[in-house]
Amino acid sequence: MTAGATEPDSWLERLPLIARDLVTGRLPGPWRWIAESLIAIAVVFAVFGLLFAFLTLAERKVLGRIQNRPGPNRAGWGGILQPFADGIKMLTKEDIVPRTADPVLHFLAPVALVCFSLLSLAVIPYGRHLAPLDLDSGVLYFFAAGASSELAVFMAGWAGRNKYSLLAAMRALAQLISYELPLLLSLVPVVMLAGTLSPSGIVAAQSGWSAGFIPHWHILTPWGFAGFAIFMVAALAEANRSPFDLPEAESELIAGHLTEYSGFKYALFFMAEYFAMCALSGMAVTLFLGGWHAPAAALQFIPSYAWFAIKILVLLLGFIWIRATLPRLRIDQLMRLAWKFLLPLALINLLTAAFWHLSAGWGAGAQPLRWGLGLAFVAIPFFIIGRRLSSGLGPRTYRYAAP
Amino acid sequence: MNVVPLILGIVILASAGTALSLQNIVRSVLLLVLSWFGIAAFYLWAGAEFAAFAQALVYGGAVSMVVLFAVLLTRRGHLDTAVPPPPPGRLLGALLAGGAVAGVIAATVIRTPFASSSDEIPVLAVRRLGTLLMGPHAAALLVTGVLLTAALLGAVVIAAGAKDDKEGAP
Repeated sequence: MTAGATEPDSWLERLPLIARDLVTGRLPGPWRWIAESLIAIAVVFAVFGLLFAFLTLAERKVLGRIQNRPGPNRAGWGGILQPFADGIKMLTKEDIVPRTADPVLHFLAPVALVCFSLLSLAVIPYGRHLAPLDLDSGVLYFFAAGASSELAVFMAGWAGRNKYSLLAAMRALAQLISYELPLLLSLVPVVMLAGTLSPSGIVAAQSGWSAGFIPHWHILTPWGFAGFAIFMVAALAEANRSPFDLPEAESELIAGHLTEYSGFKYALFFMAEYFAMCALSGMAVTLFLGGWHAPAAALQFIPSYAWFAIKILVLLLGFIWIRATLPRLRIDQLMRLAWKFLLPLALINLLTAAFWHLSAGWGAGAQPLRWGLGLAFVAIPFFIIGRRLSSGLGPRTYRYAAP
Repeated sequence: MNVVPLILGIVILASAGTALSLQNIVRSVLLLVLSWFGIAAFYLWAGAEFAAFAQALVYGGAVSMVVLFAVLLTRRGHLDTAVPPPPPGRLLGALLAGGAVAGVIAATVIRTPFASSSDEIPVLAVRRLGTLLMGPHAAALLVTGVLLTAALLGAVVIAAGAKDDKEGAP
Protein backbone atom coordinates (compact mmCIF):
# COMPACT_ATOMS: atom_id res chain seq x y z
CA MET A 1 0.00 0.00 0.00
CA THR A 2 1.28 3.44 -0.80
CA ALA A 3 0.80 6.72 0.96
CA GLY A 4 1.13 9.57 -1.49
CA ALA A 5 -1.24 12.31 -0.39
CA THR A 6 0.02 15.82 0.22
CA GLU A 7 -2.98 17.41 1.92
CA PRO A 8 -3.81 16.41 5.47
CA ASP A 9 -6.79 14.08 5.63
CA SER A 10 -9.16 12.95 8.33
CA TRP A 11 -8.59 10.00 10.66
CA LEU A 12 -11.38 8.18 8.85
CA GLU A 13 -9.41 8.43 5.61
CA ARG A 14 -6.31 7.10 7.34
CA LEU A 15 -8.18 4.40 9.26
CA PRO A 16 -6.91 1.47 7.15
CA LEU A 17 -3.34 2.74 7.50
CA ILE A 18 -3.72 3.18 11.27
CA ALA A 19 -5.13 -0.32 11.60
CA ARG A 20 -2.28 -1.74 9.52
CA ASP A 21 0.39 0.08 11.50
CA LEU A 22 -1.08 -1.27 14.73
CA VAL A 23 -0.30 -4.77 13.44
CA THR A 24 3.00 -4.23 11.66
CA GLY A 25 4.39 -1.25 13.60
CA ARG A 26 6.81 -3.25 15.76
CA LEU A 27 8.36 -5.37 13.03
CA PRO A 28 11.84 -4.54 11.66
CA GLY A 29 12.23 -3.10 8.12
CA PRO A 30 12.13 -5.94 5.59
CA TRP A 31 9.74 -8.03 7.68
CA ARG A 32 7.43 -5.07 7.89
CA TRP A 33 7.31 -4.82 4.11
CA ILE A 34 6.46 -8.52 3.78
CA ALA A 35 3.83 -8.28 6.51
CA GLU A 36 2.25 -5.24 4.89
CA SER A 37 2.11 -7.00 1.51
CA LEU A 38 0.57 -10.09 3.10
CA ILE A 39 -2.03 -7.95 4.87
CA ALA A 40 -2.90 -6.22 1.60
CA ILE A 41 -3.34 -9.63 -0.11
CA ALA A 42 -5.44 -10.94 2.79
CA VAL A 43 -7.66 -7.85 2.80
CA VAL A 44 -8.25 -8.06 -0.97
CA PHE A 45 -9.11 -11.77 -0.61
CA ALA A 46 -11.44 -11.20 2.33
CA VAL A 47 -13.24 -8.17 0.91
CA PHE A 48 -13.77 -9.62 -2.55
CA GLY A 49 -14.56 -13.09 -1.17
CA LEU A 50 -17.35 -11.61 0.94
CA LEU A 51 -18.43 -9.35 -1.91
CA PHE A 52 -18.64 -12.43 -4.14
CA ALA A 53 -20.82 -14.23 -1.59
CA PHE A 54 -23.24 -11.37 -1.16
CA LEU A 55 -23.18 -10.45 -4.83
CA THR A 56 -24.60 -13.89 -5.67
CA LEU A 57 -27.33 -13.26 -3.11
CA ALA A 58 -27.94 -9.73 -4.42
CA GLU A 59 -28.09 -11.02 -7.96
CA ARG A 60 -30.68 -13.66 -7.09
CA LYS A 61 -32.69 -11.22 -5.00
CA VAL A 62 -32.65 -8.46 -7.63
CA LEU A 63 -33.44 -10.89 -10.44
CA GLY A 64 -36.29 -12.20 -8.33
CA ARG A 65 -37.58 -8.71 -7.66
CA ILE A 66 -37.44 -7.82 -11.37
CA GLN A 67 -39.28 -11.04 -12.24
CA ASN A 68 -41.86 -10.39 -9.52
CA ARG A 69 -40.90 -13.22 -7.17
CA PRO A 70 -39.22 -13.10 -3.76
CA GLY A 71 -35.91 -14.83 -4.58
CA PRO A 72 -34.09 -16.97 -1.97
CA ASN A 73 -35.76 -16.27 1.39
CA ARG A 74 -35.40 -19.38 3.58
CA ALA A 75 -31.77 -19.55 4.81
CA GLY A 76 -31.36 -17.00 7.60
CA TRP A 77 -33.22 -13.72 7.92
CA GLY A 78 -34.86 -13.07 4.57
CA GLY A 79 -32.30 -15.32 2.85
CA ILE A 80 -29.19 -13.51 4.08
CA LEU A 81 -27.36 -16.78 4.83
CA GLN A 82 -28.09 -18.26 1.40
CA PRO A 83 -24.51 -17.78 0.06
CA PHE A 84 -23.08 -19.77 2.95
CA ALA A 85 -25.63 -22.54 2.49
CA ASP A 86 -24.66 -22.63 -1.19
CA GLY A 87 -20.98 -22.72 -0.27
CA ILE A 88 -21.43 -25.67 2.09
CA LYS A 89 -23.49 -27.48 -0.55
CA MET A 90 -20.82 -26.93 -3.20
CA LEU A 91 -18.00 -28.05 -0.91
CA THR A 92 -19.71 -31.29 0.07
CA LYS A 93 -20.84 -32.31 -3.40
CA GLU A 94 -19.03 -35.08 -5.23
CA ASP A 95 -16.29 -33.98 -7.61
CA ILE A 96 -16.88 -35.88 -10.84
CA VAL A 97 -14.17 -36.19 -13.51
CA PRO A 98 -15.31 -37.92 -16.73
CA ARG A 99 -13.35 -41.09 -17.56
CA THR A 100 -12.18 -39.76 -20.94
CA ALA A 101 -11.35 -36.29 -19.66
CA ASP A 102 -7.86 -34.86 -19.50
CA PRO A 103 -7.47 -34.98 -15.71
CA VAL A 104 -4.61 -32.48 -15.40
CA LEU A 105 -6.26 -29.77 -17.50
CA HIS A 106 -9.64 -30.55 -15.96
CA PHE A 107 -8.13 -29.75 -12.56
CA LEU A 108 -5.98 -26.81 -13.70
CA ALA A 109 -8.67 -24.87 -15.55
CA PRO A 110 -10.72 -23.58 -12.57
CA VAL A 111 -7.57 -22.95 -10.54
CA ALA A 112 -5.95 -20.94 -13.34
CA LEU A 113 -9.14 -18.99 -13.92
CA VAL A 114 -9.44 -17.92 -10.27
CA CYS A 115 -5.71 -17.10 -10.13
CA PHE A 116 -5.81 -14.85 -13.19
CA SER A 117 -8.95 -13.04 -12.10
CA LEU A 118 -7.48 -12.47 -8.62
CA LEU A 119 -4.26 -11.13 -10.16
CA SER A 120 -6.15 -8.36 -11.90
CA LEU A 121 -7.58 -7.11 -8.59
CA ALA A 122 -4.08 -6.16 -7.42
CA VAL A 123 -3.50 -2.92 -9.34
CA ILE A 124 -6.80 -1.11 -8.75
CA PRO A 125 -6.46 1.91 -6.42
CA TYR A 126 -9.28 1.38 -3.92
CA GLY A 127 -8.73 4.61 -2.00
CA ARG A 128 -6.39 7.52 -1.49
CA HIS A 129 -3.98 5.30 0.45
CA LEU A 130 -5.23 1.93 -0.70
CA ALA A 131 -3.43 0.73 -3.81
CA PRO A 132 -2.19 -2.82 -3.15
CA LEU A 133 0.33 -2.65 -6.01
CA ASP A 134 1.21 0.65 -7.64
CA LEU A 135 2.78 -0.30 -10.97
CA ASP A 136 4.05 2.14 -13.56
CA SER A 137 2.31 0.12 -16.28
CA GLY A 138 -0.56 -1.12 -14.12
CA VAL A 139 -3.24 -0.81 -16.80
CA LEU A 140 -1.24 -3.08 -19.08
CA TYR A 141 -0.77 -5.55 -16.21
CA PHE A 142 -4.52 -5.57 -15.57
CA PHE A 143 -5.36 -6.49 -19.15
CA ALA A 144 -2.51 -8.99 -19.42
CA ALA A 145 -3.94 -10.85 -16.43
CA GLY A 146 -7.47 -10.57 -17.81
CA ALA A 147 -6.50 -11.82 -21.26
CA SER A 148 -4.87 -14.90 -19.78
CA SER A 149 -8.16 -16.00 -18.24
CA GLU A 150 -9.44 -16.85 -21.73
CA LEU A 151 -6.88 -19.60 -21.81
CA ALA A 152 -8.43 -21.13 -18.70
CA VAL A 153 -11.90 -21.09 -20.26
CA PHE A 154 -10.50 -22.92 -23.26
CA MET A 155 -8.77 -25.46 -21.00
CA ALA A 156 -12.07 -26.09 -19.21
CA GLY A 157 -13.92 -26.60 -22.47
CA TRP A 158 -11.35 -28.86 -24.03
CA ALA A 159 -10.51 -30.98 -20.98
CA GLY A 160 -14.04 -32.29 -20.48
CA ARG A 161 -14.11 -34.35 -23.71
CA ASN A 162 -17.64 -33.22 -24.29
CA LYS A 163 -18.87 -31.77 -27.56
CA TYR A 164 -20.91 -29.09 -25.84
CA SER A 165 -17.89 -28.07 -23.78
CA LEU A 166 -15.70 -27.92 -26.87
CA LEU A 167 -18.26 -25.84 -28.77
CA ALA A 168 -18.39 -23.51 -25.80
CA ALA A 169 -14.61 -23.26 -25.77
CA MET A 170 -14.61 -22.28 -29.44
CA ARG A 171 -17.29 -19.70 -28.83
CA ALA A 172 -15.44 -18.35 -25.82
CA LEU A 173 -12.24 -17.97 -27.85
CA ALA A 174 -14.00 -16.20 -30.72
CA GLN A 175 -15.94 -13.92 -28.38
CA LEU A 176 -13.03 -13.02 -26.17
CA ILE A 177 -10.67 -12.27 -29.07
CA SER A 178 -13.31 -10.08 -30.68
CA TYR A 179 -14.16 -8.04 -27.60
CA GLU A 180 -10.57 -7.67 -26.41
CA LEU A 181 -10.02 -5.16 -29.23
CA PRO A 182 -12.79 -2.63 -28.41
CA LEU A 183 -12.01 -3.06 -24.71
CA LEU A 184 -8.36 -2.10 -25.20
CA LEU A 185 -9.10 0.59 -27.79
CA SER A 186 -11.68 2.25 -25.53
CA LEU A 187 -9.08 2.81 -22.85
CA VAL A 188 -6.38 4.14 -25.18
CA PRO A 189 -7.86 7.70 -25.10
CA VAL A 190 -7.72 7.63 -21.30
CA VAL A 191 -4.06 6.66 -21.41
CA MET A 192 -3.42 9.26 -24.10
CA LEU A 193 -4.99 12.15 -22.24
CA ALA A 194 -3.81 11.19 -18.77
CA GLY A 195 -0.33 10.56 -20.18
CA THR A 196 0.28 7.54 -17.97
CA LEU A 197 -0.36 3.79 -17.75
CA SER A 198 -0.46 3.84 -13.97
CA PRO A 199 -3.97 3.50 -12.46
CA SER A 200 -3.06 5.90 -9.64
CA GLY A 201 -1.88 8.44 -12.21
CA ILE A 202 -5.13 8.12 -14.15
CA VAL A 203 -7.12 8.69 -10.95
CA ALA A 204 -4.95 11.73 -10.17
CA ALA A 205 -5.65 13.11 -13.65
CA GLN A 206 -9.37 13.18 -12.76
CA SER A 207 -9.01 15.14 -9.51
CA GLY A 208 -10.57 18.53 -8.89
CA TRP A 209 -13.95 20.10 -9.50
CA SER A 210 -15.29 22.95 -11.61
CA ALA A 211 -17.37 25.34 -9.46
CA GLY A 212 -17.04 22.88 -6.58
CA PHE A 213 -19.56 20.34 -7.82
CA ILE A 214 -18.73 19.33 -11.43
CA PRO A 215 -16.02 16.69 -11.13
CA HIS A 216 -13.27 16.37 -13.75
CA TRP A 217 -14.09 12.72 -14.41
CA HIS A 218 -13.41 11.32 -17.84
CA ILE A 219 -17.01 10.23 -18.29
CA LEU A 220 -18.06 13.89 -18.32
CA THR A 221 -16.30 14.55 -21.65
CA PRO A 222 -17.59 13.44 -25.08
CA TRP A 223 -14.79 10.93 -25.68
CA GLY A 224 -14.99 9.70 -22.09
CA PHE A 225 -18.71 9.04 -22.34
CA ALA A 226 -18.31 7.09 -25.58
CA GLY A 227 -15.28 5.28 -24.19
CA PHE A 228 -17.16 4.32 -21.03
CA ALA A 229 -20.08 2.95 -23.03
CA ILE A 230 -17.80 0.89 -25.30
CA PHE A 231 -15.77 -0.29 -22.32
CA MET A 232 -18.85 -1.46 -20.42
CA VAL A 233 -20.30 -3.36 -23.40
CA ALA A 234 -16.95 -5.05 -24.03
CA ALA A 235 -16.58 -5.72 -20.30
CA LEU A 236 -19.93 -7.52 -20.29
CA ALA A 237 -18.64 -9.75 -23.08
CA GLU A 238 -15.25 -10.27 -21.43
CA ALA A 239 -16.87 -11.29 -18.15
CA ASN A 240 -19.17 -13.73 -20.00
CA ARG A 241 -22.19 -11.95 -18.61
CA SER A 242 -25.63 -11.84 -20.14
CA PRO A 243 -26.47 -10.81 -22.89
CA PHE A 244 -23.09 -12.12 -24.07
CA ASP A 245 -23.06 -15.38 -22.07
CA LEU A 246 -22.92 -17.51 -25.22
CA PRO A 247 -20.18 -19.86 -23.96
CA GLU A 248 -22.60 -21.10 -21.31
CA ALA A 249 -25.87 -20.62 -23.14
CA GLU A 250 -27.98 -23.20 -21.35
CA SER A 251 -30.66 -23.31 -24.02
CA GLU A 252 -28.12 -24.44 -26.63
CA LEU A 253 -25.05 -25.90 -24.89
CA ILE A 254 -26.34 -27.32 -21.56
CA ALA A 255 -23.86 -25.37 -19.42
CA GLY A 256 -21.12 -24.79 -21.99
CA HIS A 257 -17.62 -25.18 -20.66
CA LEU A 258 -19.06 -25.92 -17.20
CA THR A 259 -20.96 -29.00 -18.37
CA GLU A 260 -18.48 -31.54 -16.99
CA TYR A 261 -17.79 -29.71 -13.75
CA SER A 262 -19.39 -30.28 -10.39
CA GLY A 263 -18.91 -29.46 -6.75
CA PHE A 264 -16.18 -27.10 -5.69
CA LYS A 265 -14.62 -26.74 -9.14
CA TYR A 266 -17.98 -25.51 -10.42
CA ALA A 267 -18.09 -23.00 -7.57
CA LEU A 268 -14.59 -21.81 -8.48
CA PHE A 269 -15.78 -20.94 -11.98
CA PHE A 270 -18.54 -18.81 -10.52
CA MET A 271 -16.12 -17.20 -8.12
CA ALA A 272 -13.79 -16.33 -11.01
CA GLU A 273 -16.67 -14.89 -13.04
CA TYR A 274 -17.69 -12.60 -10.19
CA PHE A 275 -14.07 -11.62 -9.47
CA ALA A 276 -13.62 -10.72 -13.14
CA MET A 277 -16.83 -8.70 -13.03
CA CYS A 278 -15.63 -6.84 -9.91
CA ALA A 279 -12.19 -6.24 -11.44
CA LEU A 280 -13.62 -4.87 -14.69
CA SER A 281 -16.05 -2.64 -12.76
CA GLY A 282 -13.17 -1.43 -10.60
CA MET A 283 -11.14 -0.65 -13.71
CA ALA A 284 -14.11 1.18 -15.26
CA VAL A 285 -14.43 3.27 -12.08
CA THR A 286 -10.70 3.99 -12.15
CA LEU A 287 -10.56 4.90 -15.83
CA PHE A 288 -13.77 6.84 -16.32
CA LEU A 289 -15.62 7.51 -13.06
CA GLY A 290 -12.89 9.36 -11.21
CA GLY A 291 -11.62 6.42 -9.16
CA TRP A 292 -11.94 7.15 -5.46
CA HIS A 293 -12.62 10.88 -5.88
CA ALA A 294 -15.78 12.32 -4.36
CA PRO A 295 -18.32 13.70 -6.83
CA ALA A 296 -18.33 17.13 -5.17
CA ALA A 297 -15.82 19.06 -3.10
CA ALA A 298 -18.28 19.34 -0.21
CA LEU A 299 -18.61 15.54 0.01
CA GLN A 300 -14.94 14.90 0.71
CA PHE A 301 -15.62 14.17 4.39
CA ILE A 302 -16.78 10.72 3.30
CA PRO A 303 -13.61 8.63 2.98
CA SER A 304 -12.30 7.82 -0.49
CA TYR A 305 -12.66 4.03 -0.18
CA ALA A 306 -16.38 4.50 0.57
CA TRP A 307 -16.78 6.46 -2.67
CA PHE A 308 -14.98 3.72 -4.56
CA ALA A 309 -17.25 1.09 -2.98
CA ILE A 310 -20.39 3.06 -3.88
CA LYS A 311 -19.31 3.46 -7.50
CA ILE A 312 -18.31 -0.18 -7.96
CA LEU A 313 -21.58 -1.38 -6.37
CA VAL A 314 -23.61 0.82 -8.73
CA LEU A 315 -21.79 -0.69 -11.73
CA LEU A 316 -22.30 -4.24 -10.40
CA LEU A 317 -26.01 -3.59 -9.93
CA GLY A 318 -26.02 -2.34 -13.52
CA PHE A 319 -24.56 -5.68 -14.61
CA ILE A 320 -27.36 -7.51 -12.77
CA TRP A 321 -30.02 -5.22 -14.18
CA ILE A 322 -28.75 -5.83 -17.72
CA ARG A 323 -28.86 -9.58 -17.12
CA ALA A 324 -32.49 -9.34 -16.09
CA THR A 325 -33.46 -7.12 -19.00
CA LEU A 326 -31.71 -8.13 -22.23
CA PRO A 327 -32.11 -11.41 -24.13
CA ARG A 328 -29.02 -13.33 -25.20
CA LEU A 329 -27.48 -12.52 -28.58
CA ARG A 330 -26.94 -15.02 -31.37
CA ILE A 331 -23.30 -15.79 -32.17
CA ASP A 332 -23.37 -13.97 -35.54
CA GLN A 333 -25.02 -10.92 -33.94
CA LEU A 334 -22.32 -10.99 -31.27
CA MET A 335 -19.54 -10.97 -33.85
CA ARG A 336 -21.21 -8.29 -35.92
CA LEU A 337 -21.63 -6.05 -32.90
CA ALA A 338 -17.94 -6.36 -32.03
CA TRP A 339 -16.35 -5.97 -35.45
CA LYS A 340 -18.78 -3.72 -37.30
CA PHE A 341 -20.04 -1.48 -34.51
CA LEU A 342 -17.85 -1.31 -31.42
CA LEU A 343 -14.49 -1.45 -33.19
CA PRO A 344 -15.14 1.44 -35.65
CA LEU A 345 -16.67 3.51 -32.85
CA ALA A 346 -13.64 2.86 -30.64
CA LEU A 347 -11.30 3.91 -33.46
CA ILE A 348 -13.31 7.09 -34.12
CA ASN A 349 -13.24 7.77 -30.38
CA LEU A 350 -9.44 7.95 -30.62
CA LEU A 351 -9.85 10.86 -33.06
CA THR A 352 -12.41 12.50 -30.77
CA ALA A 353 -9.96 12.26 -27.89
CA ALA A 354 -7.19 13.72 -30.07
CA PHE A 355 -9.46 16.66 -30.99
CA TRP A 356 -10.32 17.17 -27.31
CA HIS A 357 -6.65 17.18 -26.43
CA LEU A 358 -5.69 19.63 -29.17
CA SER A 359 -8.58 21.99 -28.41
CA ALA A 360 -7.74 22.16 -24.69
CA GLY A 361 -6.37 25.69 -25.09
CA TRP A 362 -9.52 27.21 -26.58
CA GLY A 363 -10.90 30.21 -24.70
CA ALA A 364 -14.12 30.35 -22.71
CA GLY A 365 -16.04 31.74 -25.70
CA ALA A 366 -15.12 28.77 -27.89
CA GLN A 367 -16.17 26.18 -25.29
CA PRO A 368 -19.72 25.66 -26.70
CA LEU A 369 -18.16 25.02 -30.12
CA ARG A 370 -15.65 22.59 -28.58
CA TRP A 371 -18.41 20.67 -26.82
CA GLY A 372 -20.65 20.72 -29.88
CA LEU A 373 -17.92 19.39 -32.14
CA GLY A 374 -16.90 16.77 -29.57
CA LEU A 375 -20.47 15.54 -29.15
CA ALA A 376 -20.95 15.51 -32.91
CA PHE A 377 -17.82 13.36 -33.31
CA VAL A 378 -19.42 10.86 -30.93
CA ALA A 379 -23.07 10.99 -31.98
CA ILE A 380 -22.89 11.15 -35.79
CA PRO A 381 -20.80 7.97 -36.32
CA PHE A 382 -22.97 6.20 -33.72
CA PHE A 383 -26.14 6.93 -35.68
CA ILE A 384 -24.63 6.34 -39.14
CA ILE A 385 -22.99 3.00 -38.26
CA GLY A 386 -25.95 1.90 -36.18
CA ARG A 387 -28.38 2.72 -39.00
CA ARG A 388 -26.26 0.85 -41.55
CA LEU A 389 -26.04 -2.20 -39.29
CA SER A 390 -29.73 -2.36 -38.57
CA SER A 391 -30.84 -1.61 -42.15
CA GLY A 392 -32.92 -4.41 -43.59
CA LEU A 393 -33.69 -5.77 -40.14
CA GLY A 394 -36.83 -3.89 -39.24
CA PRO A 395 -39.61 -3.12 -38.77
CA ARG A 396 -40.69 -6.66 -38.11
CA THR A 397 -43.83 -7.87 -39.85
CA TYR A 398 -46.06 -10.49 -38.31
CA ARG A 399 -47.86 -12.92 -40.56
CA TYR A 400 -50.45 -15.24 -39.17
CA ALA A 401 -51.24 -18.67 -40.50
CA ALA A 402 -54.18 -18.60 -42.89
CA PRO A 403 -57.30 -20.20 -41.43
CA MET B 1 25.10 -16.69 -9.83
CA ASN B 2 21.52 -15.65 -9.54
CA VAL B 3 19.18 -18.59 -9.25
CA VAL B 4 15.98 -16.93 -10.57
CA PRO B 5 16.96 -16.69 -14.29
CA LEU B 6 18.30 -20.25 -14.08
CA ILE B 7 14.94 -21.57 -12.87
CA LEU B 8 13.10 -19.46 -15.44
CA GLY B 9 15.40 -20.71 -18.19
CA ILE B 10 14.78 -24.31 -17.19
CA VAL B 11 11.00 -23.72 -17.16
CA ILE B 12 11.06 -21.98 -20.57
CA LEU B 13 13.27 -24.58 -22.26
CA ALA B 14 11.66 -27.59 -20.60
CA SER B 15 8.13 -26.53 -21.52
CA ALA B 16 9.15 -25.64 -25.07
CA GLY B 17 11.02 -28.94 -25.46
CA THR B 18 8.14 -30.97 -24.06
CA ALA B 19 5.76 -29.08 -26.37
CA LEU B 20 7.83 -30.21 -29.35
CA SER B 21 7.89 -33.85 -28.28
CA LEU B 22 4.23 -34.33 -27.32
CA GLN B 23 1.79 -36.07 -29.66
CA ASN B 24 -1.26 -34.28 -28.30
CA ILE B 25 -1.26 -30.94 -30.09
CA VAL B 26 -3.53 -29.05 -27.68
CA ARG B 27 -1.25 -29.92 -24.78
CA SER B 28 1.69 -28.78 -26.90
CA VAL B 29 0.05 -25.41 -27.44
CA LEU B 30 -0.67 -24.99 -23.73
CA LEU B 31 2.95 -25.85 -22.88
CA LEU B 32 4.12 -23.36 -25.49
CA VAL B 33 1.96 -20.72 -23.79
CA LEU B 34 3.62 -21.64 -20.49
CA SER B 35 6.98 -21.06 -22.15
CA TRP B 36 5.82 -17.62 -23.35
CA PHE B 37 4.71 -16.76 -19.84
CA GLY B 38 8.16 -17.87 -18.67
CA ILE B 39 9.71 -15.34 -21.04
CA ALA B 40 7.37 -12.67 -19.61
CA ALA B 41 8.51 -13.63 -16.12
CA PHE B 42 12.13 -13.31 -17.25
CA TYR B 43 11.46 -9.78 -18.52
CA LEU B 44 9.83 -8.99 -15.19
CA TRP B 45 12.87 -10.31 -13.34
CA ALA B 46 15.12 -8.21 -15.59
CA GLY B 47 13.16 -5.07 -14.63
CA ALA B 48 11.46 -4.56 -17.99
CA GLU B 49 7.92 -4.26 -16.62
CA PHE B 50 6.39 -2.91 -19.80
CA ALA B 51 7.91 -5.58 -22.04
CA ALA B 52 6.83 -8.27 -19.58
CA PHE B 53 3.18 -7.20 -19.50
CA ALA B 54 3.14 -6.63 -23.25
CA GLN B 55 4.54 -10.15 -23.71
CA ALA B 56 1.87 -11.62 -21.42
CA LEU B 57 -0.90 -9.63 -23.10
CA VAL B 58 0.13 -10.29 -26.69
CA TYR B 59 1.45 -13.85 -26.43
CA GLY B 60 -0.57 -15.14 -23.47
CA GLY B 61 -3.77 -13.40 -24.46
CA ALA B 62 -3.87 -13.00 -28.23
CA VAL B 63 -1.35 -15.22 -30.03
CA SER B 64 -2.27 -18.24 -27.90
CA MET B 65 -5.94 -17.74 -28.80
CA VAL B 66 -5.13 -17.58 -32.50
CA VAL B 67 -2.96 -20.71 -32.32
CA LEU B 68 -5.63 -22.63 -30.38
CA PHE B 69 -8.30 -21.48 -32.79
CA ALA B 70 -6.23 -22.65 -35.75
CA VAL B 71 -5.65 -26.02 -34.09
CA LEU B 72 -9.32 -26.52 -33.33
CA LEU B 73 -10.47 -25.44 -36.80
CA THR B 74 -8.05 -27.69 -38.70
CA ARG B 75 -8.75 -30.93 -36.85
CA ARG B 76 -10.77 -33.47 -38.84
CA GLY B 77 -12.73 -34.93 -35.94
CA HIS B 78 -13.57 -32.68 -33.02
CA LEU B 79 -11.47 -34.71 -30.61
CA ASP B 80 -8.80 -35.69 -33.12
CA THR B 81 -5.86 -33.87 -31.61
CA ALA B 82 -3.02 -36.39 -31.97
CA VAL B 83 -0.57 -35.90 -34.83
CA PRO B 84 1.37 -38.79 -36.39
CA PRO B 85 5.17 -38.61 -36.18
CA PRO B 86 6.63 -36.79 -39.23
CA PRO B 87 8.53 -38.66 -41.95
CA PRO B 88 12.36 -38.48 -41.70
CA GLY B 89 12.68 -36.25 -44.77
CA ARG B 90 10.51 -33.58 -43.23
CA LEU B 91 12.38 -33.90 -39.93
CA LEU B 92 15.66 -33.24 -41.76
CA GLY B 93 14.19 -30.22 -43.54
CA ALA B 94 12.85 -28.84 -40.28
CA LEU B 95 16.22 -29.31 -38.59
CA LEU B 96 18.01 -27.56 -41.47
CA ALA B 97 15.60 -24.61 -41.52
CA GLY B 98 15.59 -24.28 -37.74
CA GLY B 99 19.36 -24.59 -37.64
CA ALA B 100 19.76 -21.88 -40.26
CA VAL B 101 17.54 -19.46 -38.31
CA ALA B 102 19.34 -20.29 -35.06
CA GLY B 103 22.68 -19.77 -36.82
CA VAL B 104 21.69 -16.34 -38.16
CA ILE B 105 20.41 -15.25 -34.75
CA ALA B 106 23.51 -16.57 -32.96
CA ALA B 107 25.84 -14.88 -35.46
CA THR B 108 23.99 -11.57 -35.00
CA VAL B 109 24.15 -11.84 -31.21
CA ILE B 110 27.85 -12.65 -31.26
CA ARG B 111 28.76 -9.85 -33.68
CA THR B 112 26.67 -7.16 -31.94
CA PRO B 113 28.82 -5.05 -29.61
CA PHE B 114 27.00 -4.77 -26.27
CA ALA B 115 27.77 -1.89 -23.95
CA SER B 116 29.58 -3.19 -20.89
CA SER B 117 27.45 -3.15 -17.77
CA SER B 118 27.49 0.19 -16.01
CA ASP B 119 27.23 0.55 -12.27
CA GLU B 120 23.69 1.86 -12.01
CA ILE B 121 20.79 -0.04 -13.54
CA PRO B 122 18.86 2.21 -15.92
CA VAL B 123 15.22 2.63 -14.91
CA LEU B 124 13.10 3.03 -18.01
CA ALA B 125 9.71 4.53 -17.26
CA VAL B 126 6.84 3.80 -19.63
CA ARG B 127 6.65 7.48 -20.62
CA ARG B 128 10.33 7.51 -21.63
CA LEU B 129 9.82 4.27 -23.54
CA GLY B 130 6.95 5.87 -25.44
CA THR B 131 8.97 9.00 -26.29
CA LEU B 132 11.86 6.86 -27.50
CA LEU B 133 9.58 4.73 -29.67
CA MET B 134 7.87 7.78 -31.17
CA GLY B 135 11.10 9.80 -31.55
CA PRO B 136 14.39 8.14 -32.50
CA HIS B 137 12.90 4.72 -33.25
CA ALA B 138 9.79 5.94 -35.08
CA ALA B 139 11.03 4.54 -38.41
CA ALA B 140 11.40 1.02 -37.03
CA LEU B 141 7.95 1.28 -35.44
CA LEU B 142 6.43 2.42 -38.74
CA VAL B 143 8.10 -0.39 -40.69
CA THR B 144 6.76 -2.94 -38.19
CA GLY B 145 3.33 -1.38 -38.41
CA VAL B 146 3.31 -1.50 -42.20
CA LEU B 147 4.47 -5.12 -42.14
CA LEU B 148 1.72 -6.13 -39.72
CA THR B 149 -0.91 -4.21 -41.70
CA ALA B 150 0.20 -5.98 -44.88
CA ALA B 151 -0.07 -9.33 -43.09
CA LEU B 152 -3.52 -8.42 -41.78
CA LEU B 153 -4.71 -7.35 -45.25
CA GLY B 154 -3.33 -10.58 -46.72
CA ALA B 155 -5.23 -12.59 -44.13
CA VAL B 156 -8.42 -10.67 -44.91
CA VAL B 157 -7.98 -11.27 -48.66
CA ILE B 158 -7.42 -15.01 -48.13
CA ALA B 159 -10.39 -15.26 -45.77
CA ALA B 160 -12.65 -13.24 -48.09
CA GLY B 161 -11.76 -15.48 -51.06
CA ALA B 162 -12.94 -18.59 -49.22
CA LYS B 163 -16.18 -17.01 -48.06
CA ASP B 164 -19.40 -18.73 -48.98
CA ASP B 165 -22.40 -16.52 -49.38
CA LYS B 166 -24.37 -17.27 -46.26
CA GLU B 167 -24.47 -13.83 -44.73
CA GLY B 168 -27.84 -12.23 -44.31
CA ALA B 169 -29.58 -15.52 -43.66
CA PRO B 170 -31.93 -15.25 -40.67
